[in-house]
Amino acid sequence: MSARALINVPKQAKRGEVIEIKTLISHQMETGFRHGTNGRMIPRDIITTFTAKYEGEEVFSTTFFPAIAANPFVTFYAVADKTGTFTFTWEGDNGFSVTEEAKIVVA
Amino acid sequence: MRFSITRRDALILGGIAVAGAASPRPAAAVPGQMEAAIRKTIGDAKVQKGKVTLDLPPLVENGNSVPMTVTVASPMTENDRVKAIHVFNEKNPQANVISVQFGPRAGKAEVATRIRLADTQKITAIAVMSDGTCWSDTQDVVVTLAACLEDLQP
Repeated sequence: MSARALINVPKQAKRGEVIEIKTLISHQMETGFRHGTNGRMIPRDIITTFTAKYEGEEVFSTTFFPAIAANPFVTFYAVADKTGTFTFTWEGDNGFSVTEEAKIVVA
Repeated sequence: MRFSITRRDALILGGIAVAGAASPRPAAAVPGQMEAAIRKTIGDAKVQKGKVTLDLPPLVENGNSVPMTVTVASPMTENDRVKAIHVFNEKNPQANVISVQFGPRAGKAEVATRIRLADTQKITAIAVMSDGTCWSDTQDVVVTLAACLEDLQP
């Protein structure tokens, strides 16, 4: 399954600045609490974890539950203290795994 | 003509009857499941009111996507920071909504996302600080169109 991720990280920041990061990934987040047209439960299929790393160090991570809306959208913050790469990883049911990167230049 | 049912009256009565019949839901939440989920997540820690601001719209038209922001008053320094935020609901089939872990360089103890709400209910956000104390905020949300439980239409 292919998933499209949108990431918004500022291209540049001043050293020590707190930057806002927004991420969105396309995923239906099937709750596992709904019945399909055949009357059977639709099995759960959600993203369970999202992790943001900054030059290999974890700055932010979440555990998602079925109560997260489809196409999980998360806004969070990080201290920009060096030029480097943010790595974002989403993992979920049925072997779902997507990794994206974004670079930032710190002056 | 003293007593007649107009078309309008009939429609109103019909609407009330339908609304009443639709109330029992499958997989409804068990009372107290929120408290149980909180204890399972944070253990026996005492939860105090304050420091946390849970921002949710008071009236939600569509429970499938409700914007939620949790902000915690904290300097977010190496020794005095928010380690985690957990959000719980009262009436969804599962009491957990989201758990967030902040690293030492998170900068600001704030997170925003979109959640699903199955019913008019209370939402509680609990922040766990680096010194082990827990702080919380609770909001009431009125939901007109519920999420999660609606079945696919044939």
